[in-house]
Amino acid sequence: MIDLLFGPFIEFGFMRRALAGCFALSLSAPPVGVFLMLRRMSLMSDAMSHAILPGAAVGFLVAGLSLPAMTIGGLAAGLFVALLAGIVTRTTAIKEDASLAAFYLISLAAGVLLVSLRGSQIDLLHILFGTVLALDDPALMLLGGIATVTLFALAALYRPLVMECVDPLFLRTVSRAGGPVHYAFLGLVVMNLVGGFQALGTLLAVGLMLLPAITARFWAADLSGLIPTAMAVAMVSSFAGLTASYRADLPTGPAIVLAAGSLYLVSLLFGPRGGLVWRLFRPRHLEG
Amino acid sequence: MTHALIGDVPVQPGAIALRGLTLGYDRHPAVHHLDGTIPAGALMALVGPNGAGKSTLLKGIIGEIRCLDGRIDRPGGADAIAYLPQAGEIDRGFPLSVLDLVAMGRWRRLGFWRSALPDRRTLVRALSAVGLLGFEDRMIGTLSGGQFQRALFARLIVQDARIILLDEPFTGIDGRTTADLIALIRGWHGEGRTIVAALHDLHQVKAHFPTTLLLAREPVAWGDTETVLTQENLARAQALSEAWDEDAAICGRGDGHHHAPPPSDGGDRHAHDHDHSHGHAHDHDHRHDHGHVA
Repeated sequence: MIDLLFGPFIEFGFMRRALAGCFALSLSAPPVGVFLMLRRMSLMSDAMSHAILPGAAVGFLVAGLSLPAMTIGGLAAGLFVALLAGIVTRTTAIKEDASLAAFYLISLAAGVLLVSLRGSQIDLLHILFGTVLALDDPALMLLGGIATVTLFALAALYRPLVMECVDPLFLRTVSRAGGPVHYAFLGLVVMNLVGGFQALGTLLAVGLMLLPAITARFWAADLSGLIPTAMAVAMVSSFAGLTASYRADLPTGPAIVLAAGSLYLVSLLFGPRGGLVWRLFRPRHLEG
Repeated sequence: MTHALIGDVPVQPGAIALRGLTLGYDRHPAVHHLDGTIPAGALMALVGPNGAGKSTLLKGIIGEIRCLDGRIDRPGGADAIAYLPQAGEIDRGFPLSVLDLVAMGRWRRLGFWRSALPDRRTLVRALSAVGLLGFEDRMIGTLSGGQFQRALFARLIVQDARIILLDEPFTGIDGRTTADLIALIRGWHGEGRTIVAALHDLHQVKAHFPTTLLLAREPVAWGDTETVLTQENLARAQALSEAWDEDAAICGRGDGHHHAPPPSDGGDRHAHDHDHSHGHAHDHDHRHDHGHVA
């Protein structure tokens, strides 16, 4: 049993690296996802993950399959699109989702064009599906760094971020922090998506961010419960996904995201807070 | 009307001076050429038909929308003004406890990081003042409309602001809760705070608010509630607010400000250095559209 679960990690260094990288990502991305979900911006992160592509592609064109180049490119493109969409939202009548959709579509098309200009099918597959089983030292350090920065930043911005989510108008009347906090949060989203795309690829980078957050909604009532639950779900998914991909020779990124997806479906049915199965029973109501 | 020189006269703490103020959306004024001072310690009702610009004026005072013309002089500092919007942007589905919602009012004291624990007694006292003792750990999504409004009043209490702006605070609130909240407002008035409330219930206004500004985009009357809320004034307000014009021309009153009678409960007398004559007659032949007034 122990061998079944831990064997591959004991035996192979690359599996241990993959696990460490995924755990780092599991600590940073899910809390960001919790806030995205609560702000009804879940799909926004999906749009952002596409917006990262042209930056990564430019990095790839310049330096080949090099981590620093693609990371910097991805960060730059993501932040640029987030900032541009934010400015358009705050200065015109266009809502944030629409302006983001416009920019990410432009960005995605440009990215696909750039990648197909040079590079083989395999390179494209790497970018789209990630290379979690080939994480080298710089990649691991990047993931660890992103997790550290994210957790410290969330701790620092926690209070205004919650206020901005609950009552943005109130925050505007008492403080000017709302705008900067919003942009800082978008920066964290982009950073975690770039981290996720090292491991899971651009298409699935959102997976470890959102699925654990949404799953946690079925288990915890408030933020102090949602965030740790989401982290735990992400770590379990990472472990299960990596093990399954090793045993059954499956691609790793999809295996991890599918593991998170399975946990979501189980929670959807049996989660103590709003799970569907509990609807079958009608508990006796209380006296008052 | 008397004219006198005014320079940049600093506003006394707790007072709000409106100087030739025009507020609006897409250049169409929703509040047009408003002049006067809300004195410190005033308990003022803001009355007018729907679309009269009541919410717009309150949003203008907190700086949520920019002035098209003229200006608002108000004391600075984020703690100076507390504002309760008509239909806030509050996400009641957010998993937040009632105590945390009220604690938001302490933002200026607590900032990003300072612990709210030492303030717990203040927060609980505010909850007990609005009759929500024992609701500390309830999620805001589980409160009824009236309970939620009580919680927002508790947040106003802990904000401890000199000026409190309320935009239709009793809409959809039952009589018992309204009476409790009005008692709170009268308590604030007793503490010398300035209170401006947009209201529709004229009986309420007559019973509890000494001063009233009757607004129909133009100020119709401003002063003692008794003298303002006459049948004649109310009919004029109704007529004014129904007039609108999609293709309004550019307003020619740019240099001359339209005056409302100054508030009579000790308000600053207002005048300015333009030597022009004008009155309340609407002798210009254009009218204005506003359509976005919340």
